[in-house]
Amino acid sequence: MSDHKKIDDATGVETTGHSWDGIEELNNPLPRWWLWTFYLTIIWGIGYTIAYPAWPMISGATGGVLGWSTRANVAADIEAHEARNADLAIGLVEADLAVMSSSDDLHRYGVARGAAVFRAQCSQCHGSGAAGARGYPNLLDDDWLWGGAMDDIAYSVRHGIRNDTDIDARYSEMPAFDEMLSDGEIEAVVEYVVSLSSAEADSALAATGGEVFAAQCAACHMEDGSGDRGLGAPNLGDAIWLYGGDRAALEETVRYARFGVMPAWGQRLSEADVRAVSVYVHALGGGE
Amino acid sequence: MTDQPASLYAARVPIFPKRVSGTFRRLKWGIMLVTLGIYYLTPWIRWDRGPNLPDQAVLVDIAHSRFYFFWIEIWPHEFYFVAGLLIMAGLGLFLFTSALGRVWCGYTCPQTVWTDLFILVERWIEGDRNARIRLHNAAWDLRKARLRLFKWAVWLLIAMATGGAWVFYFTDAPTLARDLLTASADPIAYTTIAILTATTFVFGGFMREQVCIYMCPWPRIQAAMMDPDTITVAYRDWRGEPRGKHRKSAQSDQLGDCIDCNACVAVCPMGIDIRDGQQMECITCALCIDACDDIMAKVGKPRGLIDYLALSDEPAERAGQPPRPVWQHIYRLRTIAYTALWGAIGVGMLYALFIRSDIDLTVAPLRNPTFVVQSDGSVRNIYDVRLRNKLGEARVFRLSLGAETDLDIAVEGSPAQDIEIDADSTRLQRIYITAEPGAPAASQDVTELRLWVEDLASGARASRATTFNGRVQP
Repeated sequence: MSDHKKIDDATGVETTGHSWDGIEELNNPLPRWWLWTFYLTIIWGIGYTIAYPAWPMISGATGGVLGWSTRANVAADIEAHEARNADLAIGLVEADLAVMSSSDDLHRYGVARGAAVFRAQCSQCHGSGAAGARGYPNLLDDDWLWGGAMDDIAYSVRHGIRNDTDIDARYSEMPAFDEMLSDGEIEAVVEYVVSLSSAEADSALAATGGEVFAAQCAACHMEDGSGDRGLGAPNLGDAIWLYGGDRAALEETVRYARFGVMPAWGQRLSEADVRAVSVYVHALGGGE
Repeated sequence: MTDQPASLYAARVPIFPKRVSGTFRRLKWGIMLVTLGIYYLTPWIRWDRGPNLPDQAVLVDIAHSRFYFFWIEIWPHEFYFVAGLLIMAGLGLFLFTSALGRVWCGYTCPQTVWTDLFILVERWIEGDRNARIRLHNAAWDLRKARLRLFKWAVWLLIAMATGGAWVFYFTDAPTLARDLLTASADPIAYTTIAILTATTFVFGGFMREQVCIYMCPWPRIQAAMMDPDTITVAYRDWRGEPRGKHRKSAQSDQLGDCIDCNACVAVCPMGIDIRDGQQMECITCALCIDACDDIMAKVGKPRGLIDYLALSDEPAERAGQPPRPVWQHIYRLRTIAYTALWGAIGVGMLYALFIRSDIDLTVAPLRNPTFVVQSDGSVRNIYDVRLRNKLGEARVFRLSLGAETDLDIAVEGSPAQDIEIDADSTRLQRIYITAEPGAPAASQDVTELRLWVEDLASGARASRATTFNGRVQP
C-alpha cells in the first residue's frame, strides 16, 4: 500500500486518493481507540436491549432479562411509602381528632394525606381549592350547614348528606312552598329574608313577610333566621348564600326548595382516608 | 480509484517524554503539589457549625440538599451562587487564555497534572526516555512484566486515591473512610470510586495526550480566545534557522542558533515539535523552554530560543529590535473586558452573599379562590408562607403585617402568630389575612401589603411584599 501513498504538497498530509475537480481529500486518520469505543457502544447497546425492556412486539415489548419495569417500580415505591407511613395511618385512625393539635406530626400527616384524598374525591363538587360552587358549599369560610367542629365534619364525610345509601346520613328536607303560599306571601317572605342581612329592603313588605316567616320557616331557620345546624338549616342572616342571595334565587328556593346531596364516603374510603380528609377540611380555615 | 490510503484509522504513537529540569518544570512541580494537596486534603478540613450541622468545611450534602463551604451555607434556592461561580470560572479561563494562552492546559488541568504524576511514576520505575523506549520495544520477559506490573500497581493506587477522595466531598469524610474500609459504605460510593479509578487509570496512564487532542473541546475553543498579543510558547525561528549541527567549519557561521538537538521534541508530553509553529496539540506546558534553555547554556548562546512570547512581536524581533514589554501585551481591551466582567459578577455575588439573611420567607397567595367571604361579610385571603431558618438551632418566628394596614393576620393552627421552626430547616405555613366588612381593602380589587417575619430571639427581621384581593361589588 505504501507504494501508492500520496502526499499533499501544501499540508504534507497523506491523501485518500480521492479527487474532485482537482481537490484531493486529505486523510487525517481517526484514532483507532475511537473506533474500538464505537464498537464497544454497539456491544453495550445489544447487551442493554437484552437486559432491559426494549424491542417492540405485537402486544407490548420484550421484558429484558433483568425484569426491570417502571410500573413495578412505582408499585414498589407506593408500597414502601405506605409501609413507611403505616404507623401514622394507624395513629390517625386511633386518634381523638377533636383534641389534635396542629403542631402534631399526626395532624400534618392528616392534612397532607387529606389533601390528596380531597383532590381525588371531593374536588369535583367542592372545587380543587375547596371554594365550592353554587349549591356546593365553600369549605374555606366559617359558615357551616351541619357544624364545623372536627367531629361534625368527620360525620358529614363518613355518612354523607341526604343520600339513600347510608341510614345515618344527615337528613332534612325543606318543603316546597310553591303550592302552600300565595305569590304575595312568597314575595313578602323573600323580602323579609333579604332584610335579615341587608338594609336595602322594603321594610313594610318585609314586616308582612316576617309574619309568614314566623309561621312557616322559623321552625327550622329559627325566629331570627340564624338557622339550625341539627337540621342543616342555613343561617339566613349572614353574608353567605349557597344558592344565591338575590331575590330571584331566594324566590326559587322558597317555591321549589333545595335538596343538596353528598355521598357517604365512609362506604368508599378507608377510615384513615375519611379522617385525613376531615382533618384537611377542618384546617382549610373555617374549622371550629 | 484503486489507490487506497494506508488506513483511515491510526494507532496511538507512544510518547516517552524525557526528564527535564528548569524554571518551568519547578513551577509545574509546585503547582502539582498545591493542586493535588487541595484536592486530596480539602474534605478532611473541619469547621465547627454547632451541634446540628456537619463539621466538614467543604461538603456537598445532596441528601439534605445543602452545600457547605467554610462559613457559607448554600440552600437549593440559592443555587445561583453556584451558577455565578461557574460563569466566573468560565470568564477566568477566557481571561487567562487571551492573556497567556493555554496556561490552564499546561499547568492546572487535572488531565495534565495527573498525567504528569503518572509519567513521574513511570520514569521512577522504568527509567528515563531511552530506557523506556528500549523497554517498549523489548520482547515480553520477566523483567518487563515485573516493571509493567509494578508501574500499573502504583498507577492503580493513585487512581483509587483519586476516586476515593472525590466521594469524601459528598459525605462526612472520616465516617465514609471508616465505612469504606469496613466494606459497609453505600454501593454508590464504591461505584463512584470504581468509575473514577478506571478513568484516572486509563486517562493518566494510557490515553494522556489523546484526551487533549481528541476528547477535550477546549483546544478547539481556545483559538477564539487567542490573538497575536497572547503570550504563548513559541520558537524564534528567525533566530534559530537555518538549524544545523554546529561544527568547527566555515559553514557554521551561516547557521542559526538551533543546533537541531531535538531536546524540545524529546521532552514534549504531547509528542510534537514546537519548531513547526503553533499547533492544536500544544498545551503550552513550557517544558520545551526548559529543555532548550539548558542546551543554549551549554553551547554558550542566550536563553529563549523557545520562549513565552507574543506573535505580534515577531516583525520587531526579526528587525533586531526588542519586543514590547509584557504588560503591553497583557493589558488590552479584551483582557480588560474579561477582567471587568469577571469582577462585576464577583462583586455582585459578594453583595448577594452579604445581604443574605439567616431568616427568610417567600409568600404565595392562594389564587383558588382569590378571596373568601366570611359569614360576617369580612373578606379573607389565604397565603402559603415558606419560612426558612438557616440557623443551627430551632427558632421561634413571629409573623406580622406592617403597622400601616388595618388588616388582621391569623396563623393556621396557632392562636398566637408564633411559629417554631427546627434548626436549618423550612416550614410551609398557611396564614389568613382578613379585612373587616367596612375596611377599604375588603372592597378594593387589590391592596398592597407587606408581611414581616421576626426572629424573637435575635430580633432579626425579613419581609416580603404581597397583595390582598377584595370583593369588588358590581
